[in-house]
Amino acid sequence: MSMASDAAAAAPAPKPGEGGSEVPVLECRNLCISYFTRAGEIPAVVDFNLKLMPGESHGIVGESGCGKSTVALAIMQYMGKNGRIVGGEILFNGRDMREMNEEELRQIRGSQIAMVYQEPMASLNPAMRVGDQLAEVPIYHDGATKEEALARARAMLESVRLPEPDRILRSYPHQISGGQQQRVVIAMALLSSPKLLLLDEPTTALDVTVEAGIVDLIREIADEYGTSMIYISHNLGLILETCDRITVMYSGEAVEVGTVNDVFDAMRHPYTQGLFASIPLPHADKNARPLVAITGQLPLPHERPPGCNFGPRCDHFLAGLCDSGEIPMLPITGDDRHYSRCVRIEEIDWQAAAGEGIVKSAAPPGDVVLKVDEMTKHYEIEEGAIFFAGEKKTVKANERLSFEAREAETVAIVGESGCGKSTFAKVLMGLEEATSGEVLLGNVELGKMPVEKRSPETIAKLQMIFQNPFDTLNPSHTVGGQIARVIKKFGVEKDEEKINQRVLELLDIVKLPRDFAKRRPRQLSGGQKQRVGIARAFAGNPSVVIADEPVSALDVSVQAAVTELLMDIQRENRTTLLFISHDLSVVRYLADRIVVMYLGQIMEQGTTEEIFSPPYHPYTEALLSAVPIADTKVKKRHIVLSGEIPSASNPPEGCPFCTRCPYVIEGTCETVPPPIRAFGPGHLIACHLSEETLKAMQPVIQIGEGPIPAEADRDAEKGEQVSPVAAAESERRSDV
Amino acid sequence: MAVAAEPAPARSLFARLAQPRPALALLLLMWVPLVAYVMFNRQIGDLREVVLLPAIPAALLLYAVAVWSWRESTIAVIGVTLVFFWLLLALSAPYLPLLDPNKPVAPFVTPFTEKNGVFYWLGTDTRGRDMLSRTIWGCQRVIVWGITATVVAYFVGAMLGLIAGYLGGWWDQVVSFLANVLLSFPVMILFILILNYLGPSGFNIVIAVTFSSAPAIMRIVRGLALDVKTRDYIFAAQTRGESALRIMVIELLPNVRGPLIVDACLRLGYTTVAITTLTFLGLGLQPPDPDWGLMIKEASSTALLWKFSYMLLIPALSVSSLILGFNLMADGLREMSLRD
Repeated sequence: MSMASDAAAAAPAPKPGEGGSEVPVLECRNLCISYFTRAGEIPAVVDFNLKLMPGESHGIVGESGCGKSTVALAIMQYMGKNGRIVGGEILFNGRDMREMNEEELRQIRGSQIAMVYQEPMASLNPAMRVGDQLAEVPIYHDGATKEEALARARAMLESVRLPEPDRILRSYPHQISGGQQQRVVIAMALLSSPKLLLLDEPTTALDVTVEAGIVDLIREIADEYGTSMIYISHNLGLILETCDRITVMYSGEAVEVGTVNDVFDAMRHPYTQGLFASIPLPHADKNARPLVAITGQLPLPHERPPGCNFGPRCDHFLAGLCDSGEIPMLPITGDDRHYSRCVRIEEIDWQAAAGEGIVKSAAPPGDVVLKVDEMTKHYEIEEGAIFFAGEKKTVKANERLSFEAREAETVAIVGESGCGKSTFAKVLMGLEEATSGEVLLGNVELGKMPVEKRSPETIAKLQMIFQNPFDTLNPSHTVGGQIARVIKKFGVEKDEEKINQRVLELLDIVKLPRDFAKRRPRQLSGGQKQRVGIARAFAGNPSVVIADEPVSALDVSVQAAVTELLMDIQRENRTTLLFISHDLSVVRYLADRIVVMYLGQIMEQGTTEEIFSPPYHPYTEALLSAVPIADTKVKKRHIVLSGEIPSASNPPEGCPFCTRCPYVIEGTCETVPPPIRAFGPGHLIACHLSEETLKAMQPVIQIGEGPIPAEADRDAEKGEQVSPVAAAESERRSDV
Repeated sequence: MAVAAEPAPARSLFARLAQPRPALALLLLMWVPLVAYVMFNRQIGDLREVVLLPAIPAALLLYAVAVWSWRESTIAVIGVTLVFFWLLLALSAPYLPLLDPNKPVAPFVTPFTEKNGVFYWLGTDTRGRDMLSRTIWGCQRVIVWGITATVVAYFVGAMLGLIAGYLGGWWDQVVSFLANVLLSFPVMILFILILNYLGPSGFNIVIAVTFSSAPAIMRIVRGLALDVKTRDYIFAAQTRGESALRIMVIELLPNVRGPLIVDACLRLGYTTVAITTLTFLGLGLQPPDPDWGLMIKEASSTALLWKFSYMLLIPALSVSSLILGFNLMADGLREMSLRD
């Protein structure tokens, strides 16, 4: 009773693009969708075309508000009360879905079309066991008996590579981790062997190394079951890894459609070009080749300009041509079904890079400003203290962290959730006290000095930029008031008049109009809020700024602008920047030195150059491989970690990474803490592997035509390493 | 999502008055005289003749502003109209051509009849006092004591809730424990206990209402504070070295105001009921001054006859309409907060 083999036998995956006579699984023709609100009709998607052949996977990429999720909801015919398809048609297997009645739609949803949403926890019913939820699908759609349904659910859990499927069947959703939840959701979607799978940002809520596993799974599903997929994402790198074809959307319109290779290598729309110029690809450099942000902002749906929606932000805008009349999708000659919504395709020189960035001089690092020496932070928690004095447990949030940061230097702290970076930030900011060790800012010891005991000068020297732009500003106070409070609190200026003057200057520095001082945060966009957050952090002339993923919640084109702004201000003020991130592409772009953390410990640290080239710590290697890169010329070695990050309250005794490490040495790694060895001045790796093994590692990322570790190598490579875990892993892979 | 720059348009008078500061000024201009008139009638001496005069235009203006800013919700407008109807009657009672509410003129006159050359709109009660006059004067006391008690309960409840939610730890344990103890008493029993002990008076009603309402308010505020305190802007204030009091009052409290305002409107209704019930039980405001609860009590024996049921119905309907007004306001506000 294996669902997997049934489906695989029934639908051998045809190659995409083959067999022109085939009926497309899904076809959208001139689809127009509008929302009807109090303000009138708001066109969300205009003139959208899509043709999805069996077995094909199609990516839809775009920034927030571009209508990509609306397309997915329209395909499911789940538009809500105020949304409606106002034009065009959606054909599913050749039938127009708009003409189906509720009952037919209900039959199709879940059995023929399945959807996977962004938040796995929100897609699962928290009050039902995973097994019962999964069993519902075969019971409702195929009329299976309960036993049969559970057996199929179990088989499906195995085929989405969940360990211990029996345990998971019995668990409630909150008892399993986020990555496992998402696998359950995918299993649920696949249970009825749908023809079409819609994935709406399925990995955005997950950690990078977990994401890599899910992406791998999605790719295998496509190969194995021949399911057609629509993959919605804001991440170009993920689309490159999962899809055959791609639609780039901007402001409710598809602006470019084509095969992934055509669009990535020979893009024919200025927006696509701008998008690529604003993401940090491996060849970008903060000094020599800075990112180029797209100027301006996404127009609101009811304020779209005439003609080309991208016109006002486009470098190639030509008045009279671009702003008159509807612009149709034009085919690109020579390419396979490659279209672009640009009237100047023939005139623009596509080889020239989109608006060269201004080359900036590197700021030489100065003296050591911040020195962290063996800093340790443990939390004591008591368990089961209801009936008797419970047993005390120690959560090792930070374990013997040591590193230095110099003036004008950017030090990146890289790690996934649970790696202890927020605890570290709290100790630094004085909200928690270090258990042992020292944190020296200049010559002031901060580790044991809570914020109440710090002088205003010390507090002002150390400021923070937060991750979530919607949380960073107090919604009840004006922008100006919040910046002014910092200036007053830190005693930068005393006089009311001068404080206001300084607020306006700061707004100038972060390139916001001065009248924003009187506005409230809800009137600002995410990028603008983040700029205010930067202004607030720099208001007290800090010497060290901690930036906690300051751009990860922003849209790609805004990210570039905010990143560049941060770099400029830092260069200007010679501030030390501690940049906390999980995204190695961003880190590679802007960091001078990198500290890689895992489960509260530093695994590797060194200059950016050293981290990105061998020898690697095995975790760094996996992390490098996990980050999707939106460049067809980049070849990556494929390493997917199994399992999840262990809980910080119960870390392994030896190396924290030993539970997931493909190189694990039985008997040593689990019990003995790894030695920290230097592989050059400042390049430290904490690992048990011998120096020779580490030094013999191949680079993970290869740019250009160099020696490529081909897909085929990857299994061989795994086999070579004498590692039972890795061997078991590859075995498990091959038998599915 | 980009939010387009809103060009500052020439704002209307209402829009300008609806800003927090002018609205608060109007509210005080209306409220302070009313409180002075009702609670400190003896102390203000001859001032009582004029003290309510500025409050009437302030109330009218406030009503107009409220209708203007809540014009999108019909329910809220109806609620606000009911509340301001009684509020304006309360404010203008001394200047209306009414009979003395405590002077017996002609007993058992049914509504809409004329007797001795006077037309009685709502008739007179068992002792011959004018019902219209008593209803209008009675609403003054219900409104003033009801709102005052709610505001005081809110102040105490919100502070305790902020302390429990924001400071947490043993503060939370102590405050939550006390709240649980108080919440375990049935409300009426708590009222009767407190008022029997302290003696019946307006100020003691405020204390009783505070004791019974503050624990529930504290729980709401605590829950909201627990959520808001994890936000980055609170973290930013902490790392700036702000005092706990400033963070609680300036950074935290304004961001929980939405649900609190809705709850406050509902609670005004409960308090009005409570006060009327207490007076009915003889534990609240004392006779002979008119009060709705008192009127219901006095009419309870005679109203058994259908002919005289108006004596009961008039104060009862008055209480209901005021409470309905508060509740509709709460509904409308909630509806509007959900829309954005």
